Amino acid sequence: MRAAARPYDDVVVAAPVTIPYVRHSIKSAHWFLAQALAKLIEAARLRKTDIDGLAVSSFTLSPDTAVGFTQHIGLSPRFLEHVPMGGASAIVQLRRAARAVEAGEAQIVACIAGDTNHVDSFRLNTASFSRFARDAVYPYGSGGPNGSFALLTAHYMRVFGATPEDYGKLCVAQRRNALTNPLALFRKELSLEEYLSARLIADPIRLFDCVMPCAGADGFLVMRRATARKLELPHARLLAAIERHNAYPDDPVQFRGGWALDREALYAQAGVSPKDIDFLEAYDDYPVMTLMQIEDLGFCAKGDGPQFVRRHSFTTQGSFPLNTSGGQLSMGQPGAAGGHLGVVEAIRQLIGAPLGTQVRKARLGLVSGFGMINYDRGLCSGAAIFAAASGRKRGHKR
Amino acid sequence: MSASPPGSLGSGQRAKRRNPLVPLKPPSVPPSGRSRAAQGLTAAAALGILALQRCEDCGAVQYPPRDACVQCLSAKLRWRPMRVGGELLSETLIRHGQELFFRHRAPFRAGLVRLDDGPSAIVALHRDCEPAPSRLRVRLVLDKAGQALMIGLPEKDTPDMADDSLIRDTTCAPRARKVLITDAKTKLGRTMVEALLAAGAELVWAGFAAPWKPSPHLDALGALEPVTLVPLDVSDETSVRELAGSIGGKVDILINTAEYHRPGTISSRPGVETARAEMEVNYFGLLRLTQAFSPALKARAADAPVSSTAWVNILSTRALSNDPAHGTFSASKAAAFSLTQALRADLQASGIRVINVFPGPIEDEWNALVPPPKLSPAALAKAVVDALERGLEDVYPGEIAKDLIARFLENPKALERELSG
Ligand SMILES: [Zn+2]
Repeated sequence: MRAAARPYDDVVVAAPVTIPYVRHSIKSAHWFLAQALAKLIEAARLRKTDIDGLAVSSFTLSPDTAVGFTQHIGLSPRFLEHVPMGGASAIVQLRRAARAVEAGEAQIVACIAGDTNHVDSFRLNTASFSRFARDAVYPYGSGGPNGSFALLTAHYMRVFGATPEDYGKLCVAQRRNALTNPLALFRKELSLEEYLSARLIADPIRLFDCVMPCAGADGFLVMRRATARKLELPHARLLAAIERHNAYPDDPVQFRGGWALDREALYAQAGVSPKDIDFLEAYDDYPVMTLMQIEDLGFCAKGDGPQFVRRHSFTTQGSFPLNTSGGQLSMGQPGAAGGHLGVVEAIRQLIGAPLGTQVRKARLGLVSGFGMINYDRGLCSGAAIFAAASGRKRGHKR
Repeated sequence: MSASPPGSLGSGQRAKRRNPLVPLKPPSVPPSGRSRAAQGLTAAAALGILALQRCEDCGAVQYPPRDACVQCLSAKLRWRPMRVGGELLSETLIRHGQELFFRHRAPFRAGLVRLDDGPSAIVALHRDCEPAPSRLRVRLVLDKAGQALMIGLPEKDTPDMADDSLIRDTTCAPRARKVLITDAKTKLGRTMVEALLAAGAELVWAGFAAPWKPSPHLDALGALEPVTLVPLDVSDETSVRELAGSIGGKVDILINTAEYHRPGTISSRPGVETARAEMEVNYFGLLRLTQAFSPALKARAADAPVSSTAWVNILSTRALSNDPAHGTFSASKAAAFSLTQALRADLQASGIRVINVFPGPIEDEWNALVPPPKLSPAALAKAVVDALERGLEDVYPGEIAKDLIARFLENPKALERELSG
């Protein structure tokens, strides 16, 4: 067994911001990221120079990285991270930032992610996404993640007995959650019948299993609790966080992610167990991944995901509140900010300021990230547990 | 013209000709960008072999192609033939292609296969493959862009399996196609015509030069109904242009059998007349053919229902390393080989395949002094048909050619010394 990570020492997250998503934009990633940073500064009533740490994620910032972006926006941080890990970027940024503020290497770290979406940029990005994709996926015509996830989805259905209705139930519940969220791109009620009768994109993936690539940005601040108090910022505490890359490389097809390898460490670090979690923000590009996260994060055993779905309800007021803002399936997928979406929603729930409906008695939220279909599977996984600041102190003793 | 043989397109009926008033569809090819390591797959596919990298230190088989062993980080990764079986773990039907090439072909199947030698691979699936989980055969072929593509085939052959678009896109089968054989006056030319007809070609144009010289082979071919004898002298620009003007827009497959060959060392004959004659046919002849015929071939690469598809060059192992007993002939074939690489680049964007055949000495009068074994015209013709039907790019027919290419690839300098001995 590996050495346990040191608990987080009074690290908090605050100032969740979202630059509203749009289907297409002629603006650049720089524009979206700069707007996110400006909104963070405004929300926290800071001067730009108060931000001494910055973490950036974006697929469309090229040829720039976080470095070029600092000059673009005239910021001189003493801590800088460029995190190109797709939907796991938010958790990874958070982990880096948390240790930086603990160690005093930065006082306030802005964690931002954003992407633009030009009319043809999705095709161009998928064509050059990774070397393995270029050599061994793109020539097979799937063009982007639909084909790869279709293979995982079909396999999961065959082996674990998930049905289209199971996937549909999650999509329908998330759409219900989005109805009260003014920033969701999709705010029209979705019925199970509509889900099931929608056209197939790459069998067995249907239209409403797919996220809509869009332009947008999200951000949050990471700091010590004392800093947040001084700034009088509503905040949530970080109890635990994990990341893992290229887990289970010998599985011939992905049916689990790194969460399964690290969940014990996650809950041990937080001093809580799955049943204590009040809501889950799972990385939901394709419902099969939500099922895997529910299993791998210990809410049920491997393979029991379909039964779990049948047993529970997933709206904000349901027995297992899931993706309470509607998730990417209803809000859209703003590129690398797809994983930030869950973090900002969790913070909002825990400080009592959700975009949509408040989860009742939300004390503990779990956010999960997943990213980078490099070849046949997603390589990066991460998860974090947050607690409402006003809640009773849980765990945290070692 | 006779009806096409049984088993051709559309259950025995001859393919319909295109309406000449409908504009030609511009050819599209799949994405061709690959890493340098992945070109190892292309080299194997060109030969029709399923090869993957295997680590020489720990034995781990790698896929996708790597620059370091996934197990032990060794850089000693060697391309080795692999078992052609695998298990289909999962599949999808892709209904929308992003690239133009795939948009024209959607919907199509793709699968995730666990190869018997270890790694998992995404493959293009033949329509007759059983649903997952099932066993299948895996083949490495060249796609329309000339790049390697792994395809999954049903474990046993199925009726009409060649009619799947996956097979049609990755092969150049002569069935129902019109073929030009540039020189049919020789034993090889005649055998080639007969082999192409046997493989289902709808029509063969049999080229002949020097009409004043009698040829029993030509007389035999003239009696066959799907054969049209056409005058063609590749050493004469006008002759080549005239033929291209009359049939160039109809040729689906061009097989260049025209060859001039005089044995001898470079010191055995004064002057350059013989060498020039060899170059006129073997090199300039090929150049004239490419200039006259490749524009129309390119234009019809996406024609329906039958498209142009391939260009075959009969080269020689002597093109790879000079055989001093055939000094100037070797040089002319080396020049021709180099030109075929330019031709391949020129035709690449249209998806027309350039197939190079490198026979060892053929049984003909110019190799009379070469000791056996030699390659029979029938074996060579069979290799050409096989290459077309499998969509190969580099062909080394017969034991001599296989021996030569193995020696060449292992140590070209050693082969040079061995041939000079
Ligand atoms: Zn190794």
